Formats: sequence, C-alpha cells, structure tokens
Amino acid sequence: MSGDTPMRSHAATLPAPEFPHPAFVTPVPLAQAKVAIVTSAALHRANDEAFTEGDTGYRLVPREARDLVLGHWSPNFDRAGFTADLNVVFPIDRLEELAEQGVIGSVAERHISFAGNQPDDLATIIHDSGPAAAAELKADGVDIVLLTPV
Amino acid sequence: MLAHLFEAAGIATVALASMLPVAALVAAPRTLHGEFPLGRPLGKPNDPEFQHDVIARAFALLDAPSGPVLESHPVVLEDTSEAVSCQLPPAFDGDASPAVLEAKGIRNAYDRINERRGVTSVGRCMDADGVPEAIEKLETIAAGMPFKEAGLPGRTTAVCHDIRTYYEEAAVELSTGPIGTGRAIESWFFDETETGKVVLAARKAMADAGAPFPFWFYMAPGHR
Repeated sequence: MSGDTPMRSHAATLPAPEFPHPAFVTPVPLAQAKVAIVTSAALHRANDEAFTEGDTGYRLVPREARDLVLGHWSPNFDRAGFTADLNVVFPIDRLEELAEQGVIGSVAERHISFAGNQPDDLATIIHDSGPAAAAELKADGVDIVLLTPV
Repeated sequence: MLAHLFEAAGIATVALASMLPVAALVAAPRTLHGEFPLGRPLGKPNDPEFQHDVIARAFALLDAPSGPVLESHPVVLEDTSEAVSCQLPPAFDGDASPAVLEAKGIRNAYDRINERRGVTSVGRCMDADGVPEAIEKLETIAAGMPFKEAGLPGRTTAVCHDIRTYYEEAAVELSTGPIGTGRAIESWFFDETETGKVVLAARKAMADAGAPFPFWFYMAPGHR
C-alpha cells in the first residue's frame, strides 16, 4: 500500500478552521506583480533557528538562500524530492525564470516558511504569527503569494 | 488556512494542494490541486518544465473574478512506493553490527551530496558523526533496553529523523537511476537497509513495552 493513502484518509477527517467572511483580493496583473512563496515545509536556513515540534512561528527565507534545511517534524511524507531539488517544495528558481521572462513582475526579496504539522495550536497562527508574516510581505510590496503546503 | 490570512492582509494568494478533500474544506480563494506525492507540491523534482506547468496553471486562477476557485492538475503522479535502486557499499569490520557498518559505508556518499548541496537536514539532535553510535543505541532498545536508559542523543523521534535523513540524503547520491516517485527512498530505507530494520525493531520494542505513543509512533511513517 502506498504510504500516502492512509495519510490522505486521515487528513480528510481533520477539521479545518472556518473563515465565515473570507477576503478575496483582486491582484494587479501578473506581469506587474511582485510574487513571494509561503510554504509550510518548515524550511529554514542552516544558520537560522530550527523549528521545534508544534512551532507556531515562521522564518523568513531570503530570495538568494539555497542552503535550506527541511525542518518539518512529520515522518509521513517524501523528503527525497526536496533533497534532489528544493524547487519541488520551494520553487524559487522557477520564479526567477518567470521574472526574467517577464511573466511575473518581480520576485520578492523575502519569503515565508511555517511548520505545517500543527497538532494543537492553530489559534496562535491565525491571530498572531500568520498576520505578522503577512504584514512583513505587505511591507515588502508583495502582490501575490504562491502557497506550497507540506 | 494561511491563504485566508494573507488575503485578509491584502495579498492575493494561490495555493498548491495535494489533498483534494482538505482543499475543498479549507476553501482558499484560489487552489490548484495536484494529486502528487505528499511532500512534492510541485510534483516532479528536477523537472523544470513540469514545475512551470504547475505554476502556470496556478497563476491562471488569478484571472477568476471571484472565489473560491478549486481546479485540479490533469496529471496524477502515483506514489507507488517501489524502492529506489540503490546499491550499498560493502563494509568490512567484523566488530560492528551490519547496520553500523552500513551507516559507515555510506558516509562518503553523504559527504559528497552535502558538499554539492551546501546544506544537510541532519542535525535535529546530532550530526552525521553521531549516526553510527545512535544506531547502536537503537539496537540496544530493540534488544529490550528501556529507551530512557539507552543514552540516545535526543528524543527518539529526533534521533530517527537524523538517521533516516542521513540515509536518504546519501541515497539520492547513490541511486543509480531517477530517485523515483514519492516514498521510493523511504521504502528503500525501511525495507532494504539494515538500519531501517533496526529503527522498526526499536520502535516495535518500545510499543510492546508500553512507551508513550508519540515517543515510538513517530519514529517511522504511520503506515509502518
């Protein structure tokens, strides 16, 4: 049996926080947009603070950083793909290529990484670290975020 | 969930999602679902063309006048879990266990890939130098030693993370073909290496001895 199958079944039983009045932002045209990646793979630079289990904080990932550690605590997903090519989780080189081609306006100087396995405490992310991370990107002039959940 | 928070701050978002029911429940403003191996939201490593296709389909959702929008990528990437082809170097040291010899045998491959990548994800509680001794301690747990008395360098989950990551990073270097679908290298580690068997044996011994569930369960993927 595939290891992903039980994980998919399990995840389908988990509740999700409700957002009764979700925002829907109409972005500037893609060719003018500054784009950032937000991942939940718990990526961090080797010399940055590692993620603890259940860590509700985030780490900033500079545009040029490629020395990224996969700090996610779950043993239940493939990591070898990331080892072979970080773009399969964090497609920073693809964004750089799209900026060179003029498909997107520019690549953000800073990107965001959260830890995806959150067993207990979503409230802190919803009310504190999530808005704080968004404010950092907003201050950087980011128009569009590409989310890569892990 | 993060999509809602960033939209609330005035930033448009598009999410790549690997689990369709979860994506439907979360109802982010724009989601491209890809039935890809978990841990690979862009689908295929070392395939820029495929990754660009995923991103292009995701960005196309930004044209939708309202949301939530949820579409699926047409390609399904099966997670077959067939072990990757990865020959292990022979080891010759009669005093050490097969698992410890094996771990020492792949050290050069581990060093090569990390020289090339410039980074390793080993380091949650030890570096690569600590791997052989940590394996020896897991062997004592598998033989009946209470895990708290085994002298592990960190939590059982952290120790197993570092050992497995040491092996998997070396395996990316050693594999003779493509690294395969999701879990191919995981399958290699747990099904074909001596150390993978030690990890599972230690985990089972802890479970049988009544160790707290999170201490043993997360030493390996749940389905094992």
